[in-house]
Amino acid sequence: MRRKLGIYVPLALYGVFLMLPFLWMALTTFKSDHELAQGLHPFWISEFTFSQITNLLTQTAYLQWFANTLFVSVASTILSVFVSYITAYAIIRLRFPGSEVVSTGIFLAYIVPPAILFIPLASVVIQLHWFDKLWALVPIYATFLVPFCTWLLIGFLKNIPRELEEAARVDGASNIAILWRIIFPIAVPGLISAAIFSFTLSWNEYLYALVFMSSSINKTVSVGMTSELIRGDQFQWGQLMAGALIGVLPAVLVYFFFVEYYVAGLAGSVKE
Amino acid sequence: MTRSPLLSRLDSPRVLGYLLITPAAIILLGLLAYPLLLGIWLSLTSATIGKPGDFVGLQNYATIFADPIYRGAAWYSVFYTVCAEAGKLVLGLALALLLNQRFRGYRVSRALMLLPWVAPTVLSALAWLWLLDPQFSAVSWLLVRLHLIRSNIDFLGHPWNARFALIVVNVWRGLPYFAIGYLAGLQSIPKDLYEAAAIDGASGWQAFRRITWPLLLPITTILLAFSSIFTLTDFQLIWTITHGGPTDATQVFTTLAYQRAISGGQLGEGAAIAVSPIVIMAVLAFFVVRSVREK
Repeated sequence: MRRKLGIYVPLALYGVFLMLPFLWMALTTFKSDHELAQGLHPFWISEFTFSQITNLLTQTAYLQWFANTLFVSVASTILSVFVSYITAYAIIRLRFPGSEVVSTGIFLAYIVPPAILFIPLASVVIQLHWFDKLWALVPIYATFLVPFCTWLLIGFLKNIPRELEEAARVDGASNIAILWRIIFPIAVPGLISAAIFSFTLSWNEYLYALVFMSSSINKTVSVGMTSELIRGDQFQWGQLMAGALIGVLPAVLVYFFFVEYYVAGLAGSVKE
Repeated sequence: MTRSPLLSRLDSPRVLGYLLITPAAIILLGLLAYPLLLGIWLSLTSATIGKPGDFVGLQNYATIFADPIYRGAAWYSVFYTVCAEAGKLVLGLALALLLNQRFRGYRVSRALMLLPWVAPTVLSALAWLWLLDPQFSAVSWLLVRLHLIRSNIDFLGHPWNARFALIVVNVWRGLPYFAIGYLAGLQSIPKDLYEAAAIDGASGWQAFRRITWPLLLPITTILLAFSSIFTLTDFQLIWTITHGGPTDATQVFTTLAYQRAISGGQLGEGAAIAVSPIVIMAVLAFFVVRSVREK
């Protein structure tokens, strides 16, 4: 009994701290503006309403921002996982001259934070005429997704036994055939890990989208909410929290579907 | 099986290897390595948005080092990072030790605890902004009801309140990462070490001091170094909650660089601000590379 208390009491405290903002989003979303302005009991809904959500979806460009975020996240995930898989395969299995240098380079790229790149990258984006073009975020997001996924997949491919491909090689299979027909099916769990991380990281991205997109029609959820739903000191808290709640959902759903891959990938990225 | 000479040349490890890394090389050289060097070059020029500017040597650095706002930002970046890392380490490790005890509801707790790390930072930062509202703060409301305070706290209106509020939110977001890393570390410690310690009559605390903590040290270095790099250059959280205010009290390298370069158009000066923490980050990167190599 004492042991149980020793676990569940601290766990409950952590739970309150870690879940509070999400609870708060949900509570605010279903309150009316009238109730929010009174601010009587923060943890109770007395006038339950869907009006915040319907207003958000009909009176703002939220659906457009949501679709944009979805497009950029899916496209940059597909691009990055593909590019990372062939890069990791080349580094681990082909051992060409210089592969050590490439793998160190990729690791270093992994620890360059976007915050020191966004200013020069802005001038590159303008020169390439990529400014305010939604698809431009796809290759730009790849700059932080490819190092991460390649690193993760290198760790994964290292553990696939070589006997399989050696048997195939004896049968005359080419390296490309081995890459697609032999290793690829075995690497699927690693690829899923890489894909869910890429999706979450892209869905999370803010700085690049804030600096490189300017028209409302090209904004992502995070950028649209902070730049268009907050005007001056006027905070539409009901709409803002409804938008936050809906915007959190895709990342959370993907996460809950693949939670084991996620935990394994995260733990692996620390250990490798 | 016979293949044309061209195909078999293409399939040689050397040729195919270079071919397969080409897409990654184009992306990373063009959009990461080149901008990194361009950033250092820009910091040595008087470039503004739309004008390439002239080479001015170290003048931008001289300007920012003399600027009290920059010095305040540099100081708070380091303070923010040190406090937040300490908080994440202690609370993350405690959570990992708690979760490592295998109880009913273990999997659900582990899944839920990662949510702050999974949810988009800007969106949860908006929820924090609303939680810390001067008038309607739910946190103040709770503390008043628990009789811990008498009236609402203005969390974001006073410099020190705002500084600590941001640190708490950063700890909130980052502690799951530490917890999951430590949990993986704990689960790789052989159980018989603890059994041997128990036979020798070691207390729980002694077992932690002599077995757990030393074996967790390598993972601690990696977690701390990684997390510090990204905390030192944090932007989204601070920008969403305080915009560097009140009156520059919570300005950090990145928010100031953004204001000077993007809002103000001073690319050269902004680049110098963004480049300036590279020295600290190089030291942290050295630790990361070294501890990853050792594994």
